[in-house]
Amino acid sequence: MKLYRALLHLYPSSYRTEYGDEMAGIFAQEVRLRSTLLGRLWLWVETFFEVLSNAAAVHRQIARRDLRYSLRSLLRSPGFTATAVLLVTIGIGANAAIFNLADFVLVRPLPFPEPERLVKVYEKHPGYSMMELSPANYRDFIVSTSSFESIAAYTDIDMNLLGQGEPLRVEGAIVTGNLFSTLGRSPWIGRYFAERDDQAGAPATVMLSYGFWQTEFGGNASVLGKSIILDDRAYTVVGVMPPDFHFPTRETKFWRTFQFQEENYKDRNDNWIIGIGRLKPGISIDQARTGLQLIAKRLQQQYPKENENVGATVLSMRDELSKQSRWLLFALVGAAVCLLVIACANLANLLLVRAIARQKELSIRVSLGANRRTILRQLLSESVILGLAGGLGAVGVAAATLPLLARLVPTALPTQEVPPVDFRLLILALGLTAITVIAFGVAPAIRVCRNAGLSGLREGTRTGGSGSQRVRSALVIAEVAVSVVLLISSGLLVRAMWKVQETDPGFRGENVLTLRTALPLPKYEKTDVRKQFYTKVLSDVRRLPGVVNAAYISALPMVWRGGIWPVVIGGRSQNRSEGTSGSLRYVTPDFFATMGIPILSGRDVSEADTNAKPYVAVVSESFVRRYWPDESPIGRHFEFAAHDREVAGVVKDVRVRGLERASEPQVYIPYTQVPDGWIIGYIPKDLAIHANRPPQYLVPQVRRIIGEADPQQPISDVRTMDEIVAGETQSRAVQTRVLMTFTAVAVFLAALGIYGLLSFTVSLREQEFGIRMALGAQQGDIFRMVLSKGAVLTLSGLIPGWLLAYMSGRWLQSLLAGLKPWDILMFSVASALCFAAASIGTLIPAMRAVRVDPTSVMKAE
Amino acid sequence: MSDGPSAESLLPLQPTTFHILLSLTEEDRHGYAIILDVARRTGGEIRLSAGTLYRSIQRMLELGLIIETKSRPIPEMDDERRRYYRITPLGTAVAKAEVNRLSSLVKMARACGVTPRTTL
Repeated sequence: MKLYRALLHLYPSSYRTEYGDEMAGIFAQEVRLRSTLLGRLWLWVETFFEVLSNAAAVHRQIARRDLRYSLRSLLRSPGFTATAVLLVTIGIGANAAIFNLADFVLVRPLPFPEPERLVKVYEKHPGYSMMELSPANYRDFIVSTSSFESIAAYTDIDMNLLGQGEPLRVEGAIVTGNLFSTLGRSPWIGRYFAERDDQAGAPATVMLSYGFWQTEFGGNASVLGKSIILDDRAYTVVGVMPPDFHFPTRETKFWRTFQFQEENYKDRNDNWIIGIGRLKPGISIDQARTGLQLIAKRLQQQYPKENENVGATVLSMRDELSKQSRWLLFALVGAAVCLLVIACANLANLLLVRAIARQKELSIRVSLGANRRTILRQLLSESVILGLAGGLGAVGVAAATLPLLARLVPTALPTQEVPPVDFRLLILALGLTAITVIAFGVAPAIRVCRNAGLSGLREGTRTGGSGSQRVRSALVIAEVAVSVVLLISSGLLVRAMWKVQETDPGFRGENVLTLRTALPLPKYEKTDVRKQFYTKVLSDVRRLPGVVNAAYISALPMVWRGGIWPVVIGGRSQNRSEGTSGSLRYVTPDFFATMGIPILSGRDVSEADTNAKPYVAVVSESFVRRYWPDESPIGRHFEFAAHDREVAGVVKDVRVRGLERASEPQVYIPYTQVPDGWIIGYIPKDLAIHANRPPQYLVPQVRRIIGEADPQQPISDVRTMDEIVAGETQSRAVQTRVLMTFTAVAVFLAALGIYGLLSFTVSLREQEFGIRMALGAQQGDIFRMVLSKGAVLTLSGLIPGWLLAYMSGRWLQSLLAGLKPWDILMFSVASALCFAAASIGTLIPAMRAVRVDPTSVMKAE
Repeated sequence: MSDGPSAESLLPLQPTTFHILLSLTEEDRHGYAIILDVARRTGGEIRLSAGTLYRSIQRMLELGLIIETKSRPIPEMDDERRRYYRITPLGTAVAKAEVNRLSSLVKMARACGVTPRTTL
């Protein structure tokens, strides 16, 4: 019989208590009826399966009944239900979305096989930890290293696609023949590059990205083996990469090979390619770094002049993400967690209050013989329903907001743009919901069940229990504290963004239209041929109505941050190791006037500065400060980009590297002082047009002018200078928008929390207020009492909030653009806002307390 | 007026429920007595297990088809562990409604020429 009783444990305990004895009695009778061993054995087998199926059915029956009961009870209080579901939706939805984004950017493996073995390889120069490699050093690295299975290299390139209708500017990459084998991805169709494609003089081949193949070639496989024209040269298409392959960026549309020749290896200061290596299995990044640094040291001895102080940097592909991108995400994760804490605190309070309010009802049920476990189960199933509804809402919220957050996925990440909603998101939402519901649903349920019964009946709903009052106050204080942290932190970040936006870029932003016409080679190899193009375009553009000025430059500030060359003065090696370098740009005359960069002394570059004349340069103020701080710079000489140059003019500094980073001094060289075919990456390609009104109207006319100058020349990157500058703070802007939303919701929830707690307290203390008033207390006294309770709660939250906000400010310091984490203004404003919100939450219950009618309260008792 | 379920809304009855109702129509019975009665009535064809019986009893109690009765047999015939069940007016109405349903089904089948083999 013991065995049968044990088997009965498969039934719910309430059912067992109810029918267990009788069932055991019946089973005993049945056993007695079976006289043979076989008969009894058969009875056991039958009974075992019968108990299994019946117990499952009873569980189902009870669960259904509980759910029905809970649903009915939830629907009876729609306000409570909607609020609770909304709280779960907000808290978990925000977290699911932000965690999914952070996981996508920071954690999820990059879409390459064994991505943990992929590393980026750079040169390390004093002041520059990630300097591109020179082809010569790259070659020496790959022949000497033993830590890598292979090291490939690449660099970005823009080329003109011709012969497919309108000429088109497309972004691509030049790569070594082993790039795809190093990354370990196979082509979608065709083949990928082999080493032979990368030999000097090999036939020109190209691979296409899936997206480019779809849009430009209709996804037609017959493109394989066909030629396409890029910058006047025919390339044979050998393969198409899969849809999810993005390298080095999402914008890359094609790949072609370097085909290095011996002359490419001559200059070790010509740093322009980036290494990507696959570590041998079992080799750590540190080991690989040490190995490459040893090789770099040997190269320093071998080439003491060019490679002085040149080391090697090896870092995992994922770690290349900028510190700012990381911190922007961390800040959002922190804010989402804060929001969850507040939502949970509110939810817990709500469930507690509801539980206490129902204590009387439950106590009556218990005293009428209801099972405590049954009541607990029903309360829990209410939490489960709330959690499930909220969790479902949260997944919806997360899925809907992910595309909006896509701007926070750095473009440099070789993955798709919008983080996909994957099963991790669902698991996360489920996990968070389960934790929230269990943590904040079970505790009040257990509490109520413990109290239910006579003591609960006696206590009624009047006191709500002093212990639970303390818990609820603590929850509200926590809400206030967390809201203050969010208010101060997001306030600091908004101010930091304003500060960055207010930074003077050093050039004119408004009414300047920019676009790119990258001239293809070999067509535009000769300086004179290019000059004809620029002259025609610029003179036609300047004649357009409303145009004040126009000029060309190699690359606009903030659009391209590279082009850094060492400066040599008076034979003194001013190499990069001393942090003495300048950013090189070729410009046409009037560039400074177009961009509103003041000429401080000397002159602008001019058409007369030809190859036949001595080479001149216009330098920026900081260049002069560094090299000739107390002397007149005009007429002085320096060596830069392989030639001696004379300073012809000095202009104000501009922020080449963006609003938040220090820029090297600038050196501008006349576009006509460059030998044919030399330094092709610096051929002027960005056209800037200053108009006397918003310049968008010029686009069709400029397009026509360029088409007339060269019908095969495509136009790309049409933007205003203002847009380029705004792009600098775009991810900050998205981040602050998300943060502000979180903060607004958080403050609202905290105010709601205070309101909820005080309203409930007031309703519990109505009798006390009534007695006080009957004994002569004035309405003002009662009003003050409730208000001061609210003020104490708010203040108690403010103090830990300030402390936490200070800590979070220190933590976010790298995003604060120089603002102090203890910014008094921000602390004051945030505290005032919090106090204002709390006051609104306090006032309504305080007014209610004042309106308590002593006589009716006394009568009710 | 009762706001509980109507007899028709509970049809068709599960065979177990129907047999338990029939068994309780004669007299109040405890669980094991119901099992024995059903087995006797069906010639041993249906022998309810304790699990099935009490699962049905629980549902029937919830629906108000039966109640637990406090009146017990004389002490020498009683076992205090046992509980006795009594059919309610609703239970009787439901049982009758089920009989009506079944007999009209049989009538319908006869009209279609589907008749059971008669035994002499």
